[in-house]
Amino acid sequence: MKKVLSVLSVATLSLSLVLAGCGSKTEAPQGQTGTGTEGAAPAATAKVGMVTDVGGVNDNSFNQSAWEGLQKLQAELNLPKENVNFLQSTSDADYVPNLTQFVKDNWNLTWGIGFLMGDHLKKVADENPDAKLAIIDAEVQAPNVESVLFKEHEGSFLAGVVAAKMSQSKKVGFVGGVEIPVIKRFEVGFEAGVKAVDPNVEVIKIYTGFFDKPDEGKSAASQIYGQGADIIFHAAGGTGDGVFNEGKDRKSKGENVWVIGVDKDQSLTFGDDITLTSMVKRVDEAVYRVSKDVIEGKFEGGKIVWLGLAEDGVGLADTSSKNVPEDVLKLADEYKQKIVSGEIKVPAE
Amino acid sequence: MNKAIAVFTKESFLVPVIAIILGLLVGAIAMLAGGFNPILAYTALVEKVFGSAYNFGETIRQITPLIFTGLAVAFAFRTGLFNIGAEGQFIIGMVAATTVGVTLDLPAFIHAPLAILAGAVAGGLWGSVAGYLKAKRGVNEVITSIMMNWIALYLANWVMNSFFVPKGQQRSEMVSDSAIITITWLSQMFDNARLHWGTLIAVVAAIFFYVIMWKTKTGYELRAVGLNPHASEYAGMNVNRNVVKAMFISGLFAGIGGASEILGVFHYQAILTSQPGYGFDGIAVALIGGNTPIGVILGAILFGILSFGAAGIKFTAGVPVELIRVVIASVIFFVAAHGIVKIFVKPILKKKEGGN
Repeated sequence: MKKVLSVLSVATLSLSLVLAGCGSKTEAPQGQTGTGTEGAAPAATAKVGMVTDVGGVNDNSFNQSAWEGLQKLQAELNLPKENVNFLQSTSDADYVPNLTQFVKDNWNLTWGIGFLMGDHLKKVADENPDAKLAIIDAEVQAPNVESVLFKEHEGSFLAGVVAAKMSQSKKVGFVGGVEIPVIKRFEVGFEAGVKAVDPNVEVIKIYTGFFDKPDEGKSAASQIYGQGADIIFHAAGGTGDGVFNEGKDRKSKGENVWVIGVDKDQSLTFGDDITLTSMVKRVDEAVYRVSKDVIEGKFEGGKIVWLGLAEDGVGLADTSSKNVPEDVLKLADEYKQKIVSGEIKVPAE
Repeated sequence: MNKAIAVFTKESFLVPVIAIILGLLVGAIAMLAGGFNPILAYTALVEKVFGSAYNFGETIRQITPLIFTGLAVAFAFRTGLFNIGAEGQFIIGMVAATTVGVTLDLPAFIHAPLAILAGAVAGGLWGSVAGYLKAKRGVNEVITSIMMNWIALYLANWVMNSFFVPKGQQRSEMVSDSAIITITWLSQMFDNARLHWGTLIAVVAAIFFYVIMWKTKTGYELRAVGLNPHASEYAGMNVNRNVVKAMFISGLFAGIGGASEILGVFHYQAILTSQPGYGFDGIAVALIGGNTPIGVILGAILFGILSFGAAGIKFTAGVPVELIRVVIASVIFFVAAHGIVKIFVKPILKKKEGGN
């Protein structure tokens, strides 16, 4: 253990020396955390952590996306590998101790990922007024918390446009995780998009009640496909893996079904043969940008940021053109312009 | 007290200790194979749990519900029943406590006890459904209690969504201050760790378990039914009534666990996105503890330390979560598999006997 420590300290020392050579204002606060690290942290020693919700970091969805944001941060700012870290929560009770672990260890910024963590993050923020925290998908009113939310309804609207255009059975489906405001935005936006193109297209909706149960997603998808829908849009985190699974099963039996992915470009995980397109939510970008701002000393505590189509916070995946014909994408783009300009107002609930 | 003392006699004390060591060794091999330093990892675990007042307090918080569900499973075991439904009874206890905590407005000295009592009775009744089906219709309680878990989960979410969750939220309203059982001064002493009276109630419940099981006629009957229902019936005991009673008391423990989790830790009930898992962990805790009250407490402590300390291993030593689960599982595996460990213990015990 001593060996590891000494290697570490040599590494940090040499790094800080390099930076000091550049003429920046590093003080190399080695081993003195907690005393003088209130303002901008010297880039090389900045530490950013995140706490996942119960979906876990490999959820193929927004937890994973957030972690990719932090990894990008580590790579681009050349931080030591251990300066970005995540803790996984296995139950609601874990949120507070996990967040507190980072806070008490004087990390420069601690992320809570997901709406479910809102109350818990607020508690930690109130108890540790000097700590800097940020949260995705929830509004937390505290002077030391920056909240980042997405206008999922706007992006989902475009997914709805594509689904309505591409559906041959004139029936499409939606599989949600837990019925909370965030997921509701996906559902409502999606339906609005479908109806905008063709009011006669039916939308079948199922909430599974879980974000971490692929088997529930699979049975929900089976139910929807069974009722004649040919495209399913899911907003269910890890539960959505089951939707893809069911879609693939049916596709291999010759049924012409599609899944619209969510949060990340899910065609990269599940393949182009089943993924029609994905409603990408750039959690990674948001995490990356806000973390970078904090490291540069530009933390905006108490601020609530909404990222929509105009800010490129949400949108259709770049790989959509593989399966979606050009005219449909063009139509989606027209709708996008109308939403950005304010001509169309997408309902959020 | 003979039973309690018996726990500390040579073999029953040595076996778990050696089991834990064996488990840690296997875990260490797994970590070495994965290219991680096991010594660093175990130091991190110990540091996480005992390193700061906050984390120590939170570990106690983690242990408390495990004691309750462990007692629930152990109690049923003693009477020959396999209560997989502690999970569901726990959830129903949560719902009852939330209902009483949110809707009623009473002075604190009566509100909090009433909420806990409501949780206990609700959990007990939920458990006795499985007991009743077993007694009257011979339905295997393993099947019914597993299914009752899911019914409990969805029922809880339905009740919350229909009556207690404000619009745009994913949790119930806060329970009234008078129903909260958090120990504020102790919490502050532990740096805001969420400590509550539930822990004390858990210890009292363990004593209650011992007294009722080994010091009363009821307990004698329950144990007799567990050991041999036919002989008990022949001796004039009402087997069916004892089955229902056993499941009721078993559910009682789990229900209090759920209630104290709401009133002591969260102060509201969230829409459950998955089973809380305490009921299932309770099965392992009961097995580790050999279905004795003291064993359950020790088992819960071990389980709580491992699961709470796991975050420390991830945080400090960088070991991936999956590998940590392997470590935890191997410890529990050896503790639960007495037979394997006894092979290792035998030579030690023999040597001692030879020395005498």
